[in-house]
Amino acid sequence: MKQLKLTGLRFTYGAGRAVVDGIEASADGPGLIAIVGPNGAGKSTLLDLIAGQKTPVEGSCQLNGQEACLMPRAALCRLVAHVPQIVPGEIPFTVEEVVLTGRIPYGRGLFENDDDRTAMEMALCKTRLEGFRERKFSALSGGEKQRVLLAAALCQEAPMVLLDEPSAHLDPENEAEMWELLKELKAAGKLVIVVTHHLGLAAQHCDRVWLLERGKLVADGVPCDALEAARLERVFRVPFYWHQNAEGRVFLTYGR
Amino acid sequence: MGDDLRRRAGRVLLWSALGAAAVAAVCPFVGGSGMDYDRLWRGEGPDWGIFVNLRVPRTLLAFLTGAALSTAGALYQALLRDALATPSSLGVTAAAALGAVAALALGPGDEAGFPVVWVAALVGAGVVIALVAALGQVKRFASFTLLLTGIAISGVCTALVLLLHSMAGLTKAFQISHWLMGGIDAVEYSVLGWLAFMLAPVSWWVLRQARVLNVVSYGEAWAVGRGVDCRKITWQGFAAGAVLVGTTTAVTGPIAFVGLIVPHLLRRALGPDHRVLLPACLFGGGAFLVVCDTISRTVLAPVEIPVGVTTALLGGPFFVWLLWSR
Repeated sequence: MKQLKLTGLRFTYGAGRAVVDGIEASADGPGLIAIVGPNGAGKSTLLDLIAGQKTPVEGSCQLNGQEACLMPRAALCRLVAHVPQIVPGEIPFTVEEVVLTGRIPYGRGLFENDDDRTAMEMALCKTRLEGFRERKFSALSGGEKQRVLLAAALCQEAPMVLLDEPSAHLDPENEAEMWELLKELKAAGKLVIVVTHHLGLAAQHCDRVWLLERGKLVADGVPCDALEAARLERVFRVPFYWHQNAEGRVFLTYGR
Repeated sequence: MGDDLRRRAGRVLLWSALGAAAVAAVCPFVGGSGMDYDRLWRGEGPDWGIFVNLRVPRTLLAFLTGAALSTAGALYQALLRDALATPSSLGVTAAAALGAVAALALGPGDEAGFPVVWVAALVGAGVVIALVAALGQVKRFASFTLLLTGIAISGVCTALVLLLHSMAGLTKAFQISHWLMGGIDAVEYSVLGWLAFMLAPVSWWVLRQARVLNVVSYGEAWAVGRGVDCRKITWQGFAAGAVLVGTTTAVTGPIAFVGLIVPHLLRRALGPDHRVLLPACLFGGGAFLVVCDTISRTVLAPVEIPVGVTTALLGGPFFVWLLWSR
């Protein structure tokens, strides 16, 4: 049984065109998959469908053999931790309190228990946020907020982690650290799926890429195959170039 | 942090309960007309009768009403993630008033029985809150738009109340006018019993949702990803708020601003965590309305100001200050 199995997955907003159109894919952990594609290709919608936050109009999205959108929310969130694209803004709680929201799927008691606090400490440690625990979330920078939300997802201790543009507000140092953390999660046995516009970083760090174009999955494979330059040029309408430096590292650049 | 929070929540619960109990214990002894305490201690009339049959039930009614309205205010503010969400701004109070006034105006006798008015107020509150919740979830209205919708609904309900008032006979029109001013009157202990019977389980349910309400206040996208069924909690919360507001409004008439002032003052003092805030709102709201009612019946004694006037005079400037400092 696959950890994630997408079969003929289709989604439309109202009577409009299909935002996600007949996607067939599957994945098992551990792994680090990037979902890439132009704006409006359906990347975030696909992530929402996997997270069970949207109901497909056709097809199915199965997690460990169960239909995601039909699972009880708490059970689903013990399997999948989802960090949405839009960072909540005016949250008057502290970093510690935000991270602890990751423990909601494990119990509806009024107060957190020792297990919850242990998971929170580990998440704070992994995201280097120990010194931020008493800081107000609303007073943090965009990048710090993104790290806190990632910590909350880690605190959720789900075997699958879905991240929608997690490095959108990060500087190069924090972005590099975030990718290292995602690789650590993969090494810890998790299946990590990331929506990103950074094709170069996806090529560098991910072991698999899903390329979307107008809701369709046009490539699914290892980065050097899925992100083949001619295909990227057709999808993004801009020339792409693969380079290799003297140390053998490959880079992906684009532009006319 | 967890143990600290548990201890803090326990402390706030204890102190707010003790504070409310102290207020409720003292206020019945305060009144516009002098009371002979010797006769009262000996249980002799008329002081004993006034104390037991008028002041104590009135204090208890003020406490129950204040607790319900304040808890409903905090609940709506969490569900809509908007500081200005209250039973009044969502149109729930006006709808409950319309239901109750319809029962008073169209009822068969000179005075409609209390179950009829209760049911009518609950139906009014329930219909409006269902409409607001449906607009929020089906049409995906933002909280600001829902509040504008609530204001529009409130205007329509007020117009219909005035229409019913103008069409009612003299006796019923007076009865409606008195009721609309929002007042805490002495009621039978059986009515208080029924009120407590309806409010206690709903309030308990609201308190039990405190941790989930914290996450809901982060926004739907985040809450859903943490395992919260936002659609369900919103419907349940709106229904709970409608019961809290509808049942109390049926007995007291519309009392504005309690659901705004108390949660905001306490939020500023205690922070945003609903595990601390909601119990404080429950007891603090009760104590606040007991104090307002005591002011209403003593400050211009022997003339008695409807408590809705006192809360509005306090709440109006507070509302402006809140908008100013947002």
